[in-house]
Amino acid sequence: MAELEAVIGLEIHVQLSTRTKMFCGCALSFGDEPNVHTCPVCLAHPGVLPVPNEEAVRYALRIAAALECEVAPRSIFHRKNYFYPDSPKAYQISQYDIPLASGGRLGEVRIHRAHLEEDAAKTIHLGESGRIHGSGVSLVDFNRGGTPLVEIVTEPDLRCAADAGAWARLLRTTVRQLGVSDVNMEEGSLRVDANVSVRPAGSAELGTKTELKNMNSFRFLERGIEAELARQGELVEAGGTVVQETLHFHPEDGSLTPLRSKEEAHDYRYFPEPDLVPLAPSEAMLREARESLPELPEARMRRYEGELGLSADHAAQLVAEPEAAAYFEAVCEAAGALEPRVVANWVTGELAAALRQADGGGPADSKVEPGALAALVGMVQEKRISHGSGKQVLATLVVDGGDPAEIVEREGLAQISDSGELEAIVAAAIDANPDAAEQVRSGNRKAIGAIVGAVMKETKGRADGGEVNRLIGEKLGL
Amino acid sequence: MSSELLELTVAQAVARIAAGEVSRREYAEAWRERAAGDDLNAYLLRTEDGAGEGEGPLGGIPVAVKDIFCTEGVETTAASRILAGYRPPYTATAVRSLREAGAGVLGKTNMDEFAMGSSNENSAFGPVMNPWDRERVPGGSSGGSAAAVGGGLAPCAIGTDTGGSIRQPAALCGIVGLKPTYGAVSRYGMIAFASSLDQCGPLTRDVADAALLLEALQGHDPCDSTSVGIEGGAGGPGREDLKGLRFAVPAELGGDSIEPGVREVFDATLKRIEGLGGEVATAPLPHAEHGISAYYVIAPAEASSNLARYDGVRYGLRAERAGDLLEMYESTRAEGFGDEVKRRIMLGTYALSSGYYEAYYGRAQRVRTKIAADYAAAFEQFDFVVTPTSPSVAFRLGEKTDDPLAMYMSDFFTVPISLAGLPAISIPAGLAEPEGGGPRLPVGFQIAAPAFAERRLLDAAHALEGEIGFDAKPGGDGDG
Repeated sequence: MAELEAVIGLEIHVQLSTRTKMFCGCALSFGDEPNVHTCPVCLAHPGVLPVPNEEAVRYALRIAAALECEVAPRSIFHRKNYFYPDSPKAYQISQYDIPLASGGRLGEVRIHRAHLEEDAAKTIHLGESGRIHGSGVSLVDFNRGGTPLVEIVTEPDLRCAADAGAWARLLRTTVRQLGVSDVNMEEGSLRVDANVSVRPAGSAELGTKTELKNMNSFRFLERGIEAELARQGELVEAGGTVVQETLHFHPEDGSLTPLRSKEEAHDYRYFPEPDLVPLAPSEAMLREARESLPELPEARMRRYEGELGLSADHAAQLVAEPEAAAYFEAVCEAAGALEPRVVANWVTGELAAALRQADGGGPADSKVEPGALAALVGMVQEKRISHGSGKQVLATLVVDGGDPAEIVEREGLAQISDSGELEAIVAAAIDANPDAAEQVRSGNRKAIGAIVGAVMKETKGRADGGEVNRLIGEKLGL
Repeated sequence: MSSELLELTVAQAVARIAAGEVSRREYAEAWRERAAGDDLNAYLLRTEDGAGEGEGPLGGIPVAVKDIFCTEGVETTAASRILAGYRPPYTATAVRSLREAGAGVLGKTNMDEFAMGSSNENSAFGPVMNPWDRERVPGGSSGGSAAAVGGGLAPCAIGTDTGGSIRQPAALCGIVGLKPTYGAVSRYGMIAFASSLDQCGPLTRDVADAALLLEALQGHDPCDSTSVGIEGGAGGPGREDLKGLRFAVPAELGGDSIEPGVREVFDATLKRIEGLGGEVATAPLPHAEHGISAYYVIAPAEASSNLARYDGVRYGLRAERAGDLLEMYESTRAEGFGDEVKRRIMLGTYALSSGYYEAYYGRAQRVRTKIAADYAAAFEQFDFVVTPTSPSVAFRLGEKTDDPLAMYMSDFFTVPISLAGLPAISIPAGLAEPEGGGPRLPVGFQIAAPAFAERRLLDAAHALEGEIGFDAKPGGDGDG
C-alpha cells in the first residue's frame, strides 16, 4: 500500500477586541458577572435590529490586509438558522457566499476566506456530563453573545501536526501584532479547529475529512491532530473508510469523541440577512487598513536575522511576543552603539530568567526601563562591571527598578580596575590553594577553576573573569 | 362639545389645540371615552397617555398603535399567545417619533397574529368586527387600527404593511391607508414578520392627516440600517387637479377576480381622474400576477427565521411541562402560535431547506426582481399605477378561514407593490354592494408611485379625494 499523506486545513475564530459588540452597543468583557453586558438587541427581544459595528469592520479589514486577501466590494451578511439557547435570535448573523475577504496567504499557507460574524452566548450545563444531554440545569450567560468574530479558513495546505501548530502560532502573533484581538486560546479569544484527512502520498484528491474541535491550546491542537491522523491511518490501512464527522477533543486524556449526531444534524437554512445592507467598505477604509499595518512577524523575523544579526532562536522568541520585541527595540535604541545581538541575549536570556525568578510578567510591564537595561548592558560590555555583577544588578532592577549606575555605586560592584590590587588577591588565592596550583602547573588546566572561584569570592564578583584567568596563568608560568 | 371634537380631522385638531381653542386634555379625554366604548374588539389595551406632551406638529393627538410596536413597560403581544404578558424593555422608533411630534398613545390595537392575515381573524385575542357591518371582517392584518379609525374610536392610527396590511383594511373600513416606500420609516421596535417587506404607515380619515403622520414617522434611524427616510420629507398635500399626470392601469388587471361592485367604483374613479385632467392608459405589468406566489415564499421564509426567537428561554410564554430542551421548544411553540403562524413557519422553513432553496426562495427572489423591473418600466412613462385596493369589499367573518388560498388572494393588488418596495395609498372611492347582496360597503382605490415619491403620491391622492368627496359613515347607508 502506498504511503499515506496528511492533509490539514484550519478554521480559526478570532474574537475582536473592539469596544462594543458586533451589532449593538454593549461593552465587550471577559470574566464579568453573568448577563450584565446585555441589551434588547443582543437578547433578541421582539422588534430589534442589528447595526454593524464600524470598528469591527475596520479590524476585520486589517486582518484581511495582513493576510493579503482580496476584499469584496460588497459582501453580504447571511442568517445561519439553528435553535440553541446560546443563540437568542435562533440564528447567527454570519457571512456565507460572499465573504468580506478571500484568497490570501500567510507564510506557506493559502487563506481560503475570512469573514465577519457574531459570537454565541456561553452555556453552562450543570451535571455530570458537562454537556446539555443529561445535565440537571443549563444556564446561559449572554455577555459573550454578539462579540465580533473574524472566521479565517485556510486551504488544506498543511501536512503535519507540528506544521499546523507552528502556523497557528504565526497567525496568532500576526493578529496580535495588528492589535485587533487578545488572541488568547485559554480564554477563547482565539479558537482553532482542524479539518483532517489522509490520502495516498502524491494523490491530488482529498480524502474524507473529520473536523476537530475544542483544542484550547497549541499543544492540544497538535496532539489532537496527531491522534486523529493516527486513527485515520490505522483505519485506512486496515481497509476501512473514514466517516465525515465532528470530533470533540478531551484535554484530560487527549482522546477524541464524536459529537452526537443529534447536535450535528443541522440544516442551517442560510439566507441573506434582510435587516442589513451589503457591507461596502469605502476606498478610504481599505487604504487605512493597508497603511495601518505594522511590521508583520515574517518581515520582522527577516529583519532581525538579516539586518540585526540575531540568532534564529532569539529572533523567533522575540517575534513571537510583540511586546517583548518592542521592548527589545527600545533597548537597542537607548543603547546606541551596542550590538543588537548582545541586547537580544540579555532580553531573552538574563532578563527573562530574572523575571521568571521574580514571578513572571513580560519585560514590557516590568520595572526594568529599556534605558536602564541598555545602560546595564553597556557597563558590562565596557567591563566596568563583571557579567556576574550585571546579573546581580538586574535582579535588583527587576524588584525595585531604578538606575543601574546608582545600584553599582551603592552596592560597590564596580569592577576592580587597579591591577595591583587584583594581582595581590590572585597571589593570595594561589597561596591558599596549593593543590590546585600544583595541578595547573602539571598541565591540568581545569583545576584553575578553584583558584578563580577563590578570587571571585574574595572580590564578591567584582573582578573581570578574563583578567583573573590571565593573571593566574601568568603567575603559574603557563 | 365632545362629539364635535370627535368630528375634527387630526390637522384641524392640532390647529385648534395649538391656538388654545380646544383643551388638549378635553380632546384626549373625549377620545379615551370613545376608545373605552370599543365594541369592535379593535383595542387589546388602552393607555392613559393619549394627550401626549409638547407642541409638535401632532401636539395633543391620541394615536391608536398596532400592537406590533414595542412600547416600554406596556404589554405588547403582536396578538399572539406566545407574547401574552410581554412588556418590552424599550419603545419602537415609530412610537417615539410620534411622541416627539407631541402625540400620545391612545391604546394598542388588535391585529392578525404577527401580522399574518387579511381578515384579523388570526388574532389570539378574538377577531375584530368591521364598523360597517359587524358580521364582516375589517381586513388585516392592521384590522384593529383600521376599525378604530373607521369606527370613530380613534382620530388616527399606525399600522404595518407587509403585503397589504395597511391598505386592504383601510379599504374595507372606508378610510385612508398609506404604505410608505420600504426604508422611509424605521422598523426598529416593530415586531418583525417579513423584514424585507415590513413597513410602518398611517391609517387616517383623510389624505392630509396621512401626510401629517408620515412627516412625523419618516426619517433615517441609526437603529435601523435599512432606513433612509424621505428626502425633503412628506410635505402637506395641496393639489386640487391632476393636470399633466399619467395614471397606468395594469393591462393584466383581469376581470373575473374583481367583484362587479368594486369594478364599477374603480371605473368611475378612473373617470374622475380624467375629469381632473389626468390621463389614464393601460401599461403592461406582466409579472405582477406572480406576486402572490413569490410573496408566499419570501414572506414565510423570513418569518420562519424571525419567529424562531420565541423559544421560551428569555421572555414570553414557556410551556409548563418540558422534559428537555427540545420538548421545551416544541411545546412552547405548539401552545404559543396559532394555526396560520404555524402554517407560514412550516412553509418558510421548507422553502429555505437545503436542496429546495433555489427552487423556492431563489426563484421567488428572481420573480421579485422582475416585478420591480416591470414597475420601473411603467414609471418611465407614467406617474402612478392604479388598481382597486382589494378585489372585494369586506367579506363575512369565517367566510375564508377554511380556504387560505382564497384569503391570500385578498392581497392580489397590494402584494406586487410591496415586493417592489414602492409607496402606495388606498383612499375610499365609494360604496358597493357585496356579492350575494347586503348593505353597501366601502371600496378602496389604490395609487402606487415610484420609490420615495410620497409627496407626489399624497398630492394626487388629495386631489382625487376632494373630487370623490367620500362622506359615508358606518351605520347609515350613505351615498358616497
